[in-house]
Amino acid sequence: MNDRHLSTQFDAELSGISTRVLEMGGMVESQVARAVHALVNFSAEIASEVLATEERVNRTEVEIDLDLSTIIARRQPTARDLRLLIAISKTIANLERVGDEAARIARTVQRIVNSGVSTRMRLPVNDLAYEAELAVSQLRKALDAFARLDVERAVEVLKKDDLIDQEFEGLLRKLITFMMEDPRTISSSIDLVFVAKAIERVGDHAKNLAEQIIYIVKGMDVRHNPVGTVEDLVR
Amino acid sequence: MDTRVEKPAPALREKPKLAVRNLNFYYGGFQALKNINLDIPENKVTAFIGPSGCGKSTLLRCFNRMFELYPEQRAEGQVLLDGDDILSSKEDVSLVRAKIGMVFQKPTPFPMSIYDNVAFGVKLFESLPRVEMDERVEWALKKAALWTEVKDKLGQSGAGLSGGQQQRLCIARGIAIKPEVLLLDEPCSALDPISTGKIEELIHELKADYTVVIVTHNMQQAARSSDYTAYMYLGDLIEFGRTQDVFMRPTKKDTEDYITGRFG
Repeated sequence: MNDRHLSTQFDAELSGISTRVLEMGGMVESQVARAVHALVNFSAEIASEVLATEERVNRTEVEIDLDLSTIIARRQPTARDLRLLIAISKTIANLERVGDEAARIARTVQRIVNSGVSTRMRLPVNDLAYEAELAVSQLRKALDAFARLDVERAVEVLKKDDLIDQEFEGLLRKLITFMMEDPRTISSSIDLVFVAKAIERVGDHAKNLAEQIIYIVKGMDVRHNPVGTVEDLVR
Repeated sequence: MDTRVEKPAPALREKPKLAVRNLNFYYGGFQALKNINLDIPENKVTAFIGPSGCGKSTLLRCFNRMFELYPEQRAEGQVLLDGDDILSSKEDVSLVRAKIGMVFQKPTPFPMSIYDNVAFGVKLFESLPRVEMDERVEWALKKAALWTEVKDKLGQSGAGLSGGQQQRLCIARGIAIKPEVLLLDEPCSALDPISTGKIEELIHELKADYTVVIVTHNMQQAARSSDYTAYMYLGDLIEFGRTQDVFMRPTKKDTEDYITGRFG
């Protein structure tokens, strides 16, 4: 297998931009983890830290976009190279939205803390932490699969997306019970529903990323297909 | 690659204009084409790409028996034009070339006026009254997108035109005899981007009436201007398919390595 271009500069540009995508992925992954950490610890301070990194994520997205258009203009890529660049363009948009979800969680944490809710209300934040763990691990696996262009691992991510969806539904039922049992928790519980939804979306973005990896490697657009069909297609 | 295996021509949606069957070609003892099977669709542009020496120009030269000028060169197999084998045909080679015109890499204007350059081929096959000949020359020059630039100097020498204009003059000469197939061997390699753009625009317009086959080293040109692309390597046809598929998702690793610049 001949993986190198005649132009070593082109190789360097492609590997450089892939590295930046992974850096951006790492940034938003830790943003989500920190936002949930802020929630579990009722810490408005950690939440502010999360919000402070949002600007950096946005800037990285813009920079990667500029690099993409430069490479396309200069190299006129085809086939696998072109697919990689198209996929990166979509992937960074997804990662940026993961960052938005993290910021959304952080802002909610600030609101809950500032509203003076007591930790003694025993909101089910640990269940949210578990859902977040699943979502972050999905994101990490998807980024890992991107780094290695590993289709099998990408399919694993697609298969596990259901777990997060189930967890979200479970949480929703739990929060509804909470609200019915103690109407004083309604306001905070609604906030937590939005957090749970944000976490579920992080999982969706990880799934989108995984689909892009299959596109890069196999040249197949597997979006909007059930995971079973995708498994058959890539085999 | 095992070239002894019979490879069927890939299926086409369109009607094939030219069909290549089990074609082998030899320069003396050297085999330059190895059992090529291919259908070239009618009224489409088919591009041949591949590194130097892959056989793409050789294949083009088989399409109008150009190689017959050299006694040590021989072709085995069939090249069918609408079902008739032009290689074994007893038909006069100049009649074959009237149906299958060719334009070369370097512009080759004849040392005569612009008008006569275009009329030259027509005179070999038809004896047209002056008015009709004028019309034919104007038609061909318009088709070749050259008319507005030369209409006031038809009597001047063709050699006085720019490179891009000369190449369009050669295309006008090629289409003036109303061939069915037009073969273009690296038609833009000596031209600047503006002239190249004009020729590519012309290729796009020509396919309404002709079947166009183009050999090019410029992959972007193949991607831009062709409907089908064939990738050749060392005398083998490696891959043939719709241009968008070949450039976006080639089926063969060799093709992908070549078009992405990984060929080493």
